[in-house]
Order: sequence, then structure tokens, then C-alpha cells
Amino acid sequence: MKSSDHLHQPAFWSRDAIGPGIYAIAPMLPGTAAFGLAFGALCAQKQFSLTEVELMMAIVYGGLSQFVAVQSWPDHLTVSTIATLALLTATVNLRFALMSASLRPWFGTLPPWQAYPAMLLVTDGGWLAASRYRDHGGANAWFFVGGGLVLYVVWLVSSVPGFLLAEQLADPKKYGVDLVMPAFYAAMLVPAWKGARRAIPWAVAGMVALVLHRFVAGDWFIIGGAIAGSITAGLLDD
Amino acid sequence: MTDSVRPDVLIAFVAMMAVTVAARVGGFWVMRYIPITPRVRRMLDALPGSIIVAASLPMVVSGGVVVIIAIVAAMTVTIIRRNDFVAVIVGMAVAALARALGFSG
Repeated sequence: MKSSDHLHQPAFWSRDAIGPGIYAIAPMLPGTAAFGLAFGALCAQKQFSLTEVELMMAIVYGGLSQFVAVQSWPDHLTVSTIATLALLTATVNLRFALMSASLRPWFGTLPPWQAYPAMLLVTDGGWLAASRYRDHGGANAWFFVGGGLVLYVVWLVSSVPGFLLAEQLADPKKYGVDLVMPAFYAAMLVPAWKGARRAIPWAVAGMVALVLHRFVAGDWFIIGGAIAGSITAGLLDD
Repeated sequence: MTDSVRPDVLIAFVAMMAVTVAARVGGFWVMRYIPITPRVRRMLDALPGSIIVAASLPMVVSGGVVVIIAIVAAMTVTIIRRNDFVAVIVGMAVAALARALGFSG
């Protein structure tokens, strides 16, 4: 049996994957809440109203992009400064396109009216946990959607105390909050290791990302590195 | 006025939402028109690990001693315990401790 055969199993909905889906993203919850707290505090300092903050959390739902946008929020919103904010947001969030593309073989077997709304729940943590589940042969769509909904709600709620406590969390680095995502990533890579040959695309991705990070401004290193790794895998024969 | 929404701010939020939704839905949509051959499947399978490495390696390298120690600690915990939760907590704690002790990064 080829190792990729299980990936052909079509998606289905069964509620018994909701619990495991939430359990899988549980390690993300403290970090997500801390990130939301810090973000709420930042917004309070930048003179946003609480309603505005919650609105942004709910409709944009991209933590890193929101952070970058609010950090560089212009004094006066004009057509051109709003376009700049949108461009900034797009570059930070372009990785979501790669993530949802990788979910196609799984969620593409669902009707579009179910699959497309599910893609709105794509986040680093939710997607990562779901990818690993799929990699181990999982096909239950509730695993991704259940975990994704919990992440969304925690994200929404977490900014409120941060906004109200503004000054307390002015420096999230002091508590290691900036390590949440890298540490989670590192923890995810360990079980994903399937020998040196499977890791060649990772090595290429890392090299290209390092070069882009060094010489190109912005977040292009994530997209560039990921695409380079993916192309490498396509060029390697099984 | 803590409960008001300024109209220009709302417009900016909607613009940010539009590009983010386009990214989330767009990647999935594009793959509808790309037949999933064995080669494309290999490319999609390699994407998660590649995104992980591309996103975190530059941060680890440029993050200095604190970040490197914290990541090594998180990976060590994962190898020993296979517990993501403990790994993340240990990574955060190691970084917070190192910074409290005066290490920078």
C-alpha cells in the first residue's frame, strides 16, 4: 500500500470528531488568548473603541495581520492609506491561500456550500492540527470545524480583558507570548518527520525563507519558502 | 465613546476582511481547476511542513539566543513526551525566564 492512499478517503461529518478536534487545538488556546489580550491592549492604546476592536477580531480574524495593521495604523484614513492597509493585510495573510489549497484534496469532496464557509476558519493553529489529523488518515470534517470554531470564540473573547486592562500587558514578550507559534510549530515538526528524503523540501523551504527574510522586506519569506519547498517536492520522484 | 464605530475605520476593516477572505477561499478555489495528479499531491503534501519551516526558521535564526533555547526546549519536550501543550508552555516559560535573567532576544 502506498503511503498516500489514505489521503483519498473523502470527507464526511460525524460529531464524534468534535472532541478530538478541540483537544488537538487545546495547546493553542493559552497562546491565542494571550495574543488576543495583548492585541486588545494595543488597540486601547491606539484609541480604538471596544466595539471596533471586536468588529475587527470578528471579520478580519487574522491575528498577525491585525497586529501589523494596527501597529502601522495611519493618522488619517484616506483611499490610499486604506489601500496600503489592505495590501499589508494581504501579504501577511497570503499564507492562508496555501493552507486552504492544501485542504482541497480533503474538503474538495464536500459540497461547495459546506467547504467554502469551512475555509473561513483557516488559521495557523487550526490548519496545522487538521493537517496532522489528515496525515494520520483522518477524514472527519468536524475535526477541523470544531477546533476552528473554538479557536474563533476564544479569539473573540480574549481581547476584551486585554482592552480593559491595557497597561498590564504592554510587553507580551516578557511572558514569552511571541514564542507560542514557533514553539507550537516546532512541536508539530517532530512527529511529521518521516526520514531525510521527505525533509528535502523542508530544507529548501528553510533556505529560501532565510534568504528572502534577509533581503526582502515584509512577510514574503513565508510564501516564497513554502512555494519553493512545495515545488521541490513536486520535482522529486517517489 | 467606547461603543461607537467610526465609518472610515469600518471601511478599512472591510477592506482588510475582503483580502483575508480572498486568501482563505482563493487557494481552495484555485485548486478546483488544477487536477490533482501524483505530482500535485506530492506538492500539496509537502506544503504544511514547508510553511512551518519557512515561517519559523528565519524567526529562530534572527531571534537570538533566547528564541533558539526556547525552541530547542520545546522540541526536546516533544521528543520525550509527545505533548504539544507541555511543549508550548515550556517554550514560553524558558523564554520568559531567560528574559527575566537579562538575556536579550
